[in-house]
Parts: sequence; structure tokens; C-alpha cells
Amino acid sequence: MTAASPSRRTNRARACFGRFGAALRYSLYCMLHPFDGFWDLTRERRGSVSAANFIVFMVLAVRLFSLKQTSFMFLQVYWPRVNIFQQCLAVLLPLGVFCVGNWALTSLFEGKGTLRDVYIATSYALAPYVLFSLPAILLSNFITVDEGVIYSILSFIAVLYPALLIICAMMQIHDYTLGKTLLFTLMSVFAMLVIIFIALVCMNLVSDGIAYFISLYREIVFRLY
Amino acid sequence: MKRIAAMFLLLMLIAGNAYALRDGIDYTYTYTYDYWGDMRESPDAYRVKQVIDSRGLGLDKPMRQPQGLFVRGDNIYICDTGNNRILQIRSSAGKFALVRVIDSFTGDVPLTTFNAPQDVFVGENGDLFIADTNNHRVLKLNSSLEYQLEFVKPTDATFDQNISFLPTKVVADTTGRVFALGKNVNKGVIKYESDGSFAGFTGASEVTFSWYDYIWKLLSTQAQRSQQVSFVPTEYENIALDAEGFIYATTTTFSEDDLANFVATPLRRLNSLGGDILIRNGEYPPMGDLWWDSSGDYSGPSRLTDVTVLGNDIYIALDRTRGRLFGYDEQGRMLWAFGGAGNMEGYFAYPTALEHMGYDLLVMDSTECTITVFTPTEYGMLMYAAIEDYQKGDYESSAAYWRKVLLMNGNNDLAYIGIGRALLRQDDYAHAMEYFRVTRDSKNYSDAFKLYRKEWVEEHISAIFAILAVLIIVPFVIGKARKIRMEVRYDGGKSI
Repeated sequence: MTAASPSRRTNRARACFGRFGAALRYSLYCMLHPFDGFWDLTRERRGSVSAANFIVFMVLAVRLFSLKQTSFMFLQVYWPRVNIFQQCLAVLLPLGVFCVGNWALTSLFEGKGTLRDVYIATSYALAPYVLFSLPAILLSNFITVDEGVIYSILSFIAVLYPALLIICAMMQIHDYTLGKTLLFTLMSVFAMLVIIFIALVCMNLVSDGIAYFISLYREIVFRLY
Repeated sequence: MKRIAAMFLLLMLIAGNAYALRDGIDYTYTYTYDYWGDMRESPDAYRVKQVIDSRGLGLDKPMRQPQGLFVRGDNIYICDTGNNRILQIRSSAGKFALVRVIDSFTGDVPLTTFNAPQDVFVGENGDLFIADTNNHRVLKLNSSLEYQLEFVKPTDATFDQNISFLPTKVVADTTGRVFALGKNVNKGVIKYESDGSFAGFTGASEVTFSWYDYIWKLLSTQAQRSQQVSFVPTEYENIALDAEGFIYATTTTFSEDDLANFVATPLRRLNSLGGDILIRNGEYPPMGDLWWDSSGDYSGPSRLTDVTVLGNDIYIALDRTRGRLFGYDEQGRMLWAFGGAGNMEGYFAYPTALEHMGYDLLVMDSTECTITVFTPTEYGMLMYAAIEDYQKGDYESSAAYWRKVLLMNGNNDLAYIGIGRALLRQDDYAHAMEYFRVTRDSKNYSDAFKLYRKEWVEEHISAIFAILAVLIIVPFVIGKARKIRMEVRYDGGKSI
């Protein structure tokens, strides 16, 4: 009994890791077989939230890595103004708001995906960004300005590929036609704007509310003294 | 306790000094802009040598609102506009003495005096060209003040006959052709042949307008259109000749947005066809200050009111907004900026004219009625020596000067590039790359890197091929071996 428990634990850990690895490897399949891949992603439970989280983490890491390691000829970074949290939020905030906006909208219009599905699919669609940005960053240190077109093509693909994959993913997750997907992707962007607007209004209201109570408190304190 | 008190006192002293520095009109007197356009403190490139004023010259009538300044050899000519006269001053052994006061001339013309002359130019043979503004003429006198020619309002149809001819600036080339600027003339520089006949305009700036403006104009009615700002070419503020006879022109009429977006070109070099051939290879074009406040005492962008070109093709522009001077090399990269608005020595109230005498710079302040003479410091001279040696093709010696400059100012980007170029010529690519990387000079860095990469590949070609061979052969061999083993096993299985 005492001898068996550690081995069972390691077995469970290995199984867990194996599942994570398989889920992560599935992002490559999604990349190359977007229609098939994204259909099975949630329906066959081939993807997992942990793998999606890892991909998002990798996107953040690659972004930060590119700031530091891209040759100065192709990316000029003004370090005094770089804020690591801002850099992370620049990815996480749009991603989160898109997932929520898309889910909120599609659940009203016969979308089959849950919020979890939307998040996993969107994150998996970002995988090519990591795979194309990394070589672009490394390559930028071995080419001259004249050969810069190689770098620009790679970094262009790194953005275009995920964009196309997201459309594919949304189509498969929600079981939409292409036209409907394009419409609702556009509408999702609109929904994102609405969410941001409401968030700002709420923040303003809350800060005004707090300011009101603070001034009330001050007034009372001044009167009492 | 005592030590702590002493430390505290020292800290106070340092803090107090820092505060005192920031209490002045400017944070620093001399500065440059780095790659990002951030202001970087620099050692002084120029310092005030002397200030020439009316009292020092022993003038009976002090200068009033002088507008024009010209230097030919040792002679300085001041256009004392308010007193309708020209002052000739000679510099000898560091002293400036009045030679003569020119307030009239001889010749067969009704008016032999000046009326508010605004500019003077002196040819190599001593001929004087005077923009006699309120007499509506440009005069040509010989060195003994005898009337030669006058250049008057062109009768040509291209010249707007409704405006009065008020020449403000004048220069002449070696053949006696005259280039003048007139008040409210926006077609460019007025050109005269050496016989006094009008030869047209040159260097008219192109009219620029955006699509937005164009559509707006299309949609508006005739009455509305007449109310709107009309798109006219800009008027030049000042002109100067360089050693090769090209005209450098400045303009102060541009929109702030255009300047901020590097669309406006306040400083131009005109060729004979009137095209702008100023080289703008710097990170930022020659435009004076890159950033400015829109409010406060000294607001708005730099207004370059005059320009002068040294013998080594370095040109210096004078900003009248903040009383600053900006030096640029022939590639249009900024060397330094200094000056400011104020009443101290080296600061100006309303500077109007800039000239050079050798490497010395003369700045005329028309409100203070003074001429400030700046002389280059060791730092300034080292930069000039480095640039001149590079122009001569003596790259080694140029780099040696740049190294000295770098010891004085680690923020000098031109020094890094200069040293890097010399290293590149010595085939020391790796170090050259290092110097170019520091200044983010991607073009030169690329050149150095290309050669470095080529050299590296040539040196390691055998290793590269070996690795490639290993990468190809090893999997091939392994594959073959596996196959053979499989076949052996298969055959073995079958035969048994």
C-alpha cells in the first residue's frame, strides 16, 4: 500500500502530461486541417483548456521575446516606454473580450459553442503566430535590410494565418455557414466595442460614486472639527 | 551623526545645483536629438566670443531695427534699416572697427539715399547689392559707391502688378545675376539677369492640399469658396548662397501639422531649375526643434529666419521663435543646437540674420541692436575636422577625430557612425557592426553585416559542409541499416 501510492501518483502525472501533450499537439493538426480539426476540437474533446492556456502563454512569451531579440533593423523598441503588463494586456484583453462578445452574441443566434469552446478554439487558432514569429525573430538577426522582405512575409503570415483560422474555428464551433460566420465575426468586433464602452462607463460611475462618498466623509470631518 | 549631517548638506548642495540648472530659460544651452528624437545634452559647440553693439563701434546714432547682415572676407555689412544706412565694419586681430557709414551714393538717379533698406549683399569684387525696400528697388553700387544698376518691379505679366514691389532679401551670383525676395511675393525667388532685366521666378514651392480639402472645395459653393483659405505657394523668408552658388532658402509659412509630420520643408536648397535638392538623410529632416509647446511664452515650431553655409557644406539655420541655432552636415544630420530666448549673452530677443566668418558665427538681434559673435569650442572644431577629413577622403584621420569627439560626448551619434565607417574600410566588420548598432544605423549596419556574414561563411565553409553532410548521411545510413535489419528479420522469419 505504502509502496504503491507514489508509483500510482507518477502514473497519474504521466497520464495527465500525456493528455496535455496530445491536446497541445492537436493544435498542429488544427493548423493544417482547420475544418476537420476545429470540428473535433470540442466535439471529440481533443483540445483542453490547459493546452489553450499554454498557447496563450506562448503568444505572450513570443511577443516579449520579439521585443528583445528582433534585430533593431526591423523592430525599434523604445525601452523607456515598454511596460510588460501593458504588453500582456494588449493580447489578453482583446482575446478575453472577443471570446465573451462572440459567445454572448452567438448564443443568441443558434451558435453551438459554449464560452469554453470559443476560448479553446480562439487560442488554438493563435498557434501559427507562435510557430511563424519565432523563426522570423531568429532570422531577423541573420539578414540585412535588403533581405528584410523575408522577415516581413514571415511576420505577415504570423498574423494572417491565425486570422483565417479564427474564422474557420468560429464556423466549426458554432456550426455556421461562411457568410454567417463572417457577419458574426464582424458583429463580435462591434460587441467588443460595446463591452469596452460599458466597462468604461461603469468604471466612471464607480469612481464618481467613490469620490462622492469621500467628499461626503471630508465634509463631515470638517464640520465636526 | 556629524557624517550624516555632512552627507545631508552635500545632498542638499547637489539637489540645489540641479534645481538651479532647471531654473534657467533652458535646461541646457547646447543639445542634440538622438535616434528617438529625445533631447540629449551636449558639450558646447560654440561659445560667445564678443558682442558688437552701437556703443562699442562708437556710432553717433545708435542702430535702429537692423535687418540685414552680410560678411565678405573681414568686412561685416550691417543693414541699419531704421536709420536708412549701411554700416561697414572690419574685423582685425579680434577687434571690430567701423570703416564707413553708407547712407548715400553718387549717380544719375533722382534718389541717392536709402529708405528702410532691409538687406545687403557684397560681391567678390566689392559690388554692393542693396535691397532698398521702401524705394521699391534693388540697387547695385560699385565699391566706391557709384550707381551701377537698379532692379525694379518687373513689368512682366507673371508678376502680380497689384502688389507693390518691396524687396526684402537679395543675393547675387558671380556673374552678377541677382536673386531677390519680395514682400507678398509667393511665386518663389525673383531672378534678374546681370543687365537688370527680369528673368522669371525660381524655386516656387509646390502647392500642397489634401484630398479632404479637394472634396470640401468641390462641395462648397462659389461664395463659400471665396471665404475659405486659398491654397497659395509659400513665401520664402530668406535666401543665402553656398560656396557652389546654390541658393539655400528658408520659409516660415507652413502649417504646424505639416511640419510635425515631416511634410513641410522649411529649409531648402534650390538648383538652377528651382528644384529642392537638400539632402535629408538624417533620422529627422532639418527643421529646427522636433518638438514644441503650443502654449506658453515661446510657443509654436521653430521659424527658421536665416541660414548660412560654411565652406565645408555644413549649414546653420537660425530659429527666431526661441533664438536657437541649428547646425546640419551636408547629409542633413543635426550636429548640434544651441541658444535660447532671453537677455543674457548668447541668448536673443529677436534674431533676424545669421552670417559666418570662417568658422565664427554672427547673429544679429534686431531688437537688442547687437551682433553676437560665436566661436567654435574645441568640441565644435573636432567635429568640423572629422567631417572635413571625411570629405577629403582621409577616413583614418576622420575616425581619429571622431574618437576624440566621443570622449567628450558619448551621445554623439555621428561619431559612432564615423568610427564605424572607418572600421568598415579597415575590414574590421565585427567592430564596425558594434558601432552602427549603437546608433541604430540600419543601412551601414547591413553593409557591415553582409561582409561579416560572407567572411564568416567563407571561413567556416568546410565545417558547414561537414555538418550538412552529417545531417544528410546519418539519417540515410540509419534508415538503410534499419531496412536491412528488417529485411533480415523478415527473411529470417520466412525461411524458418
